[in-house]
Amino acid sequence: MAQIELDHIRHAYGPAPKSDKDYALKEVHHTFRDGGAYALLGPSGCGKTTLLNIISGLLHASDGRLLFDGQDVSQLSTQERNIAQVFQFPVVYDTMTVYDNLAFPLRNRGVAEPEVDRKVREILEMIDLGDWAKRKARGLTADQKQKISLGRGLVRSDVNAILFDEPLTVIDPHMKWVLRSQLKQLHRRFGHTMVYVTHDQTEALTFADDVVVMYEGEVVQIGTPDELFARPRHTFVGYFIGSPGMNVLPVSVEGARAKFGDAWIELPDRPRGPMGGAIELGIRPEFVQLARSDGMPAEIVKVEDIGRHKIVRARIQNHAISAILREDEEVPAEPRVYFAPEAISIYAGSWRVDYEGEREGVPA
Amino acid sequence: MNRTWNNRAWFMVLPVLVLVAFSAVIPLMTVVNYSVQDTFGNNQFFWAGTEWYEEVLGSERFWNSMARNLAFSGIVLLIEVPLGIFVALNMPRKGWGVPVCLVLMALPLLIPWNVVGTIWQVFGRVDIGLLGYAANALGFDYNYVSDPFDAWVTVIVMDVWHWTSLVVLLCYAGLVSIPDAYYQAARIDGASRLAIFRFIQLPKMNRVLLIAVLLRFMDSFMIYTEPFVVTGGGPGNTTTFLSIDLVKLAIGEFNLGEAAAMSIIYFLIVLLLSWVFYTVMTNVGQEK
Repeated sequence: MAQIELDHIRHAYGPAPKSDKDYALKEVHHTFRDGGAYALLGPSGCGKTTLLNIISGLLHASDGRLLFDGQDVSQLSTQERNIAQVFQFPVVYDTMTVYDNLAFPLRNRGVAEPEVDRKVREILEMIDLGDWAKRKARGLTADQKQKISLGRGLVRSDVNAILFDEPLTVIDPHMKWVLRSQLKQLHRRFGHTMVYVTHDQTEALTFADDVVVMYEGEVVQIGTPDELFARPRHTFVGYFIGSPGMNVLPVSVEGARAKFGDAWIELPDRPRGPMGGAIELGIRPEFVQLARSDGMPAEIVKVEDIGRHKIVRARIQNHAISAILREDEEVPAEPRVYFAPEAISIYAGSWRVDYEGEREGVPA
Repeated sequence: MNRTWNNRAWFMVLPVLVLVAFSAVIPLMTVVNYSVQDTFGNNQFFWAGTEWYEEVLGSERFWNSMARNLAFSGIVLLIEVPLGIFVALNMPRKGWGVPVCLVLMALPLLIPWNVVGTIWQVFGRVDIGLLGYAANALGFDYNYVSDPFDAWVTVIVMDVWHWTSLVVLLCYAGLVSIPDAYYQAARIDGASRLAIFRFIQLPKMNRVLLIAVLLRFMDSFMIYTEPFVVTGGGPGNTTTFLSIDLVKLAIGEFNLGEAAAMSIIYFLIVLLLSWVFYTVMTNVGQEK
C-alpha cells in the first residue's frame, strides 16, 4: 500500500513530441492518497488507460516522475513496482486450473505454499468459484474468466496499489453489481490504494471516493461525486456526469447578469475576470424550473417519463434544453423557464470561471 | 418444415466425383490392381493374392528402409520443431525487421526441391563445393559420397535448411495472434520468461504446432527428391529411404507387383501415423 504521486507526468506514444497535440496524456500532476479509492472517468481514448499503464509500469512516461511513498519508481519495471492490475478483457492461463491461476502471482514471488493455499481459498470464496478450483480454466465462460483475472489482481496482499482497467465490461449486469460491492468491501477491509478506470459514470461514482475526470488526454477535474455534480470545472464534466448532462448555453456576461439571446439571466455574483474564449452558461437539468409566470418562454418538444421523475426536452430561443421534473409536477401549457441562480456556472473557453465571493472551486 | 425432394440434384455432385475419380481413385485402384497380380511380361497377368504383401512385409530390405526413414523423420522433427519455435520467438514483432525476416524465412520454401538437392550436392562436394572443400581444408574428414555418417549429416542439415522456415512461419503466426494483454498480465503477475513461454506462448501455439509437426512428419516420411539428388540413396543403401527404395524397386528392378504392394503398405503407414499424431496432439492438455 502506498501513496502514489504523479509528478508532472506526460506521455506521447510517438517519438519527439512537439506540440501539445502529440501527447496522448497531457501533463498530470496529482497525488493518489494511500488507501484511497479513485476512479479515472472519461470517454474512450481520453488517456485513462495510458495513465493507468504508466502507474503500473507497462508504459514508461515520456516526461515527469512517478513516486510511491516518496520513492522515485519511474525507471522500475512492473515487477519491481509490485502492482496488481486487472485488464478489460479476461486473461487466464488456459492450461492451468482455476486454483493454479490464482496461485500463479504468489508462486512467482516465492510465497510459501501454506500461505498460497490460504490466500487462494479466500479469493475463491470471494469470487464464488470454489467448486471450480480443480477445473482447467480453458472451458470457463467470459465472466468466470474475468472473475479469475480479478482474483489474480486481489490475491496478493502486499501490493502497492491495485489498478482496474474497465474490469467489469464483460460481466453481466447483476454480477457487475455484486462484484463492485465486493471490491468496495475489500477496499474497506484491506485499505489498498485502488485506481479504477471506467467510462461508466455510475460505476465511477459508486466505487470511488474521488473521481478523476479525463478528457482528451487531460485531467479536467478531480473531486468527490458531489463536487463533480455541483460545480463541474469544465463543460465536459457537466455533459459527461449526470443524466441528462448539463445544459450549456452561449451567453454574454455583464456584471452579475448574463444575456442569453434577448433575455437576462440573474447570476449569484459577478464572475471574476478576465474571461477569454467563448462564454457559456451551464446549468444542470435538476435546477431548471418550469413555471407559468416568470422566466423565458419555452416550447416543449418531448416529455420522457422515466418513473421517479420526468425529463422535459424543450427549446428556448431555438436552443435545446432539458429539465428534470418530479413525477408529480405538471408540465405547464405555456411554460416559462427559470434557472436557479446559485446553480448556474459560467464558463470561459470551456473552463469554469469563479464568482467574486468564491475561493477556487469552493462556494462562497 | 417443407423440403423439396429432388434426386436429380445429385447430378450436381457428378463433376467432383469425376475429378476425384481421375485424380485419386483410379490411380490408387491401378496400384491395388498391380499389387495382387504377377506378370512375366507380354502383358500377361496372373492372380497373386496377398503374395506380394507377404513378400514386402517379410523382407529385411523393406524394414531397413523403414527404420532409416523413421530415424530420419524423428531426427528432423527433433531439430526443426524446437529450432523453429526458437527462431519464431526471437523474430521482431514490429518495424522494418518484420518483412525482412519473413522474406528471408520464406526464401528456402520457394526453391524447387530438386534445386535444393542440387545446391547441396554441389555445396558439399569435396573437390569444388564450398562446404566440402572448406571442411577438409580445416581438417575434417568430410565426404558425403563415401562416409554414411557424413551423408546423413548432409541430408539432415539440408532438410533443416529447407524446412525449418515452415515451422518458423507457422509458429510466428501463432505468436503474433496473442493479445498484448497476456504479456502485460504476465508481467504484473511476475512471471519469468520461461513461465511466459510455458503458460502463454506454448498453449497459444498448440494448434499451429500440430499442423507444423503433421506437415513436417508427412513430408519427411515421404522424402524423395532431395536425398535422391544428393546421395542417390548411398553410400550403399545408407540413405535409401522408403520412397527411394520404392522407386528402385518399381523402375530400377521393374518389380511392379512388389512395388505396388509396398506403395499400399507405405500409404497405410503414413495414414496411420498421421492419425496417431493428430489424435495425440489434439488430446494433449484436454480435460478428461
